[in-house]
Amino acid sequence: MHGDHQPPFEAPWQAQAFALAVHLNQRGLFTWSEWAAALAAERRRSAEAGVADEPQQYYLDWLQALERLLTERGEAAADELGTFREAWVAAYEATPHGHPVRLEKGFDALSRSRHG
Amino acid sequence: MSHDHDHPDHSHVPPEPALRVQALESLLTRKGLVDPGALEAIIETYSEEVGPRNGARVVARSWVDAGYRQWLLDDATAAIAHLGYEGRQGEHMVALENTERVHNLVVCTLCSCYPWTVLGIPPGWYKSEAYRARAVREPRAVLAEFGVYLDDDTEVRLWDSTAEIRYLVVPQRPAGTEGWSEEALAELVTRDAMVGAGRALAPGQAGGAA
Repeated sequence: MHGDHQPPFEAPWQAQAFALAVHLNQRGLFTWSEWAAALAAERRRSAEAGVADEPQQYYLDWLQALERLLTERGEAAADELGTFREAWVAAYEATPHGHPVRLEKGFDALSRSRHG
Repeated sequence: MSHDHDHPDHSHVPPEPALRVQALESLLTRKGLVDPGALEAIIETYSEEVGPRNGARVVARSWVDAGYRQWLLDDATAAIAHLGYEGRQGEHMVALENTERVHNLVVCTLCSCYPWTVLGIPPGWYKSEAYRARAVREPRAVLAEFGVYLDDDTEVRLWDSTAEIRYLVVPQRPAGTEGWSEEALAELVTRDAMVGAGRALAPGQAGGAA
């Protein structure tokens, strides 16, 4: 368990979330201190809420911190995020197994179900 | 694997956190705030290139080159950058020397600040609530669980990482390695040793000791 060769991420989404924070910091959306403070606040919230500290909880807190920081700064409103999430679900459901999943297809399916 | 008799003919919908990350990434990409190619490059770098081997090379150099060692202890950021490892977050590096009398242990009590440049992504235990709390309260007990037993007269110094300052522990060079090459020495330097939660391997312990 203390080996040097543990895979750094347990699931691809964890690597994606990690890279998003690094990238947005490099692009100047927030400083690394601001990011560390946001992550620390989220970690504290989970601990105080008594959430079990499973390995994946760290990246769930990471993701929550990222969403919160970007929402606070007006870069990603909560309802926009909700819509994009719904569109992705619709895209997966509208795409035959084994084919590339495209977000556009999800938005099309959503607007059809709303207007039709 | 599939014992699902209702096997859907559409694509498998990913788990909730994956959907949230995907929503965030696609929204920010449309706004021009994210370059998906750059994200891929970051993931590749941290999955494959950046890891504790970088730190091991720094430590091994400091074992064979007294001038480098002094530079590392005086100005770790510059000495580490000299070997090609530069921080992405502009963080300041500090090297801590373990001796017979002093054992340094690094923790981040707030979140998980960690010297990525030289050690890669932190391991699960470093990020855990248990380690973060117990390293402060009972460092000797935590060290014993990692197999590091210290004499009573060895002082334990605990260092709390921040977003601005990250620490690299320089473990003691193991006995019986006189005349070893830098490359061979680097094989003895484990990630745990560079956090202070271990010692460098003894000759004979290295090689496949994952």
